[in-house]
Amino acid sequence: MESDNLGDVLETSELRRAGASGNVVLTLRIRRYNPELRGEESWWDEFAIEIDPDDRLLDALHQVKWYHDGTLALRRSCAHGVCGSDAMMINGRNALACKVIVKDVAPKVTVEPIRGLPVLKDLIVDMEPFFQGYEAVLPYLINDEGEPGRERLQSPEERARFDDTTKCILCAACTTSCPIFWGDEEYVGPAAIVNAHRFIYDSRDRGARERLQILSERTGVFRCRTTFNCTEACPRGIEVTKAIQDVKRTILFERF
Amino acid sequence: MTIFHTYDAVIVGAGGAGLRAAIEAIDGGVSTAVISKLYPTRSHTGAAQGGMCAALGNVEADSPEWHAFDTVKGGDYLVDQPAAQLMCEGAVEAVYELEHWGMPFDRTPDGLINQRRFGGHTRNHGEAPVKRACYAADRTGHMILQTLYQQCVKRNVRFFNEFYVLDQLMVDGACAGVVAYELATGELHVFRAKAVLYATGGFGRMFKVSSNAHTLTGDGPAVLFRRGLPLEDMEFFQFHPTGVYKMGILLSEAVRGEGGILVNSEGERFMERYAPTVKDLAPRDVVSRAIYQEIKEGRGVGPYRDATYLDVRHLPRDVIEEKLPDVTEFARVYLGVEPTREPVPVQPTAHYAMGGIPTDADGRVVLGPEETPVPGLYAAGECACVSVHGANRLGTNSLLDIVVFGRHGGGHMAGFARDAHPPALPEQPDGFVSDMVSGLLGRPEGHNAAAIRSELQGDMYDLAFVVRSEESLRKMQGILEGLRERYDRVYVQDQGKVFNTELMEVVELGFLLDCADSLVAAALAREESRGGHYREDHPLRDDDNWLKHSLTYREEDGSIRLEYKPVKMGTYVPMERKY
Repeated sequence: MESDNLGDVLETSELRRAGASGNVVLTLRIRRYNPELRGEESWWDEFAIEIDPDDRLLDALHQVKWYHDGTLALRRSCAHGVCGSDAMMINGRNALACKVIVKDVAPKVTVEPIRGLPVLKDLIVDMEPFFQGYEAVLPYLINDEGEPGRERLQSPEERARFDDTTKCILCAACTTSCPIFWGDEEYVGPAAIVNAHRFIYDSRDRGARERLQILSERTGVFRCRTTFNCTEACPRGIEVTKAIQDVKRTILFERF
Repeated sequence: MTIFHTYDAVIVGAGGAGLRAAIEAIDGGVSTAVISKLYPTRSHTGAAQGGMCAALGNVEADSPEWHAFDTVKGGDYLVDQPAAQLMCEGAVEAVYELEHWGMPFDRTPDGLINQRRFGGHTRNHGEAPVKRACYAADRTGHMILQTLYQQCVKRNVRFFNEFYVLDQLMVDGACAGVVAYELATGELHVFRAKAVLYATGGFGRMFKVSSNAHTLTGDGPAVLFRRGLPLEDMEFFQFHPTGVYKMGILLSEAVRGEGGILVNSEGERFMERYAPTVKDLAPRDVVSRAIYQEIKEGRGVGPYRDATYLDVRHLPRDVIEEKLPDVTEFARVYLGVEPTREPVPVQPTAHYAMGGIPTDADGRVVLGPEETPVPGLYAAGECACVSVHGANRLGTNSLLDIVVFGRHGGGHMAGFARDAHPPALPEQPDGFVSDMVSGLLGRPEGHNAAAIRSELQGDMYDLAFVVRSEESLRKMQGILEGLRERYDRVYVQDQGKVFNTELMEVVELGFLLDCADSLVAAALAREESRGGHYREDHPLRDDDNWLKHSLTYREEDGSIRLEYKPVKMGTYVPMERKY
């Protein structure tokens, strides 16, 4: 290793992380809903807090909850973008609060619940319809050919075919960014199709026909109008719209 | 209005251990419910990155016996050897089973499950690192969690999501069920059950810098601790060497498995000095102490010289992008660092509880040095202490632990529940939880819970982390007493019943305080250094006096009582631990 080179890097990295600029003031404008306190009307609250600009928006929401208003309700767990709990609409776009860095939204940020699912309290929505859509596509490996004494073989190319859609964390950011889903709750939505895709193109699976049948129905892939909202919203970088197009193409052009 | 349910088997927690146990219980033909405070796919198993070890021998020659040796040595000989042997022998089948269920492992050119190197896993008893970890990029835990959840969906498992189990019901020393709080409504639910299995995960959130989710608050261990059951080996907590600087987010050991190295401010690959044979792939306790030492001697990096660098710039671009995509993204998102061009500042992060609820290899909760099983009570995964990890867990062995012992526990509980009679419930089964909740909600003012939590985390980080001493631990005990007094007068602003997440966070803080009490008491008593427990005032391992498991109990007067039980030895005789 060249230590000179490392020294240069060290200096620039340190400047970036030294927090020399100190805390910033962040104003959070949060859409509130609390049927026990205020009935069916939602309202807006604003909180101004001081925070390290390198912190996460989730940290800012915690600061509000922990030191300003304990009634603020949100879901969160891992705080680094892998559990899928804290999908919210942030400045009008769906994202995970734990993957948004304060300096990227300061001095003011608007936070609302994700759209298209019933709001239960503040930023918490009813996830049951979302998971029903997921379950509808038979999201598990189907193969009753008998199991070998060791692993089934799968080439790296076969494995790569469905790699992208295995990344899904079921956060609902895609489904609740979809204008079709907002207007038609019967539509299974992008996340369910992503999870169907993950099995349809898995060389070990034998359930593609059943899933494609489900997805060719009125509530399936052909509701999609290719607006790419879902792809933009996915915090895992999944090419959601492409996955939906894959499934459409298979239904249209291949016998199954 | 309390709501009553009856099941043969209840599983508390829906991470890898809970879901694997649920599959086994359902397949064993007993009525089963899974109660989880999160939606199952939010569980922290999903954050595990690097792999799951099994001696498949797909890439290099390997054997389960070598794996067992590494596990025992890695655990600094505090491992119960028969359990470790069982786990390592069961690993191969466990991996195949996951593959048959659809787990998308990475593949070799021949289509076999691919394998990579990991810390402490070696060929032929320490000769050199071996490729033993089966993986799916750097999201192996995510894939295991998804696969197990998919199998539960297929089996139509009954889930109670966003229900918090807050009390264990016992009648005549046997399990009778649990009491849970429903987050959406604030209602209490009594689950009468012949058998209950805890799989609630760890409690890393007692430390300021942790890789753990906010929700990892030791709920299962604390619930049982409050009921007078012991916790085992709580002083052994793993500090993972490579957490994202300041935030603690895990950067997988797979980074070093794929060839990444640790460097200090002088650009030196310092692990060559601490572990000449396996270098950066030494077990985590060894590497974390080495980082601590480098920082102490002034060779740290960063604005406060309190980190070291993890460097992957010499690795091929496709290895970084294809085998380590998530950790690469973490560095970019959370540090603004581009790992292909810059080294990543890291520091040890509180990662894994080796200790927990004492169980035997069937997952049965056992009491005292005699290891008397509690009828109907089970635990598996991180909240349990089998003990297969001893004083220091090897990387990947947690994913292995959860599937192997989730299965054993679930199978045993199904067998037990088939034969057992439905238990009677104690009088006023929801009384304890009802009092707890109304006590917390009844105060017009009081102490701020976040301030208590923040002090707990900060002080545990300063006083009971990688390096400890009698002085630091005594100080921590004093601090815990003060925090407890404040907690007893804590204020909850939200008085509602609907999604009162503030109330549940306060309850979780109480669980963390219980686990911290236990950890600190056991750490103070253990006057030696072993695995993850390092005492600078007793820097050497002392097998003559301390080759034994600790048990901590909460006494009626609130004090902590300690007891010890022997380690189950086997083929491997303790020797000096060199890498």
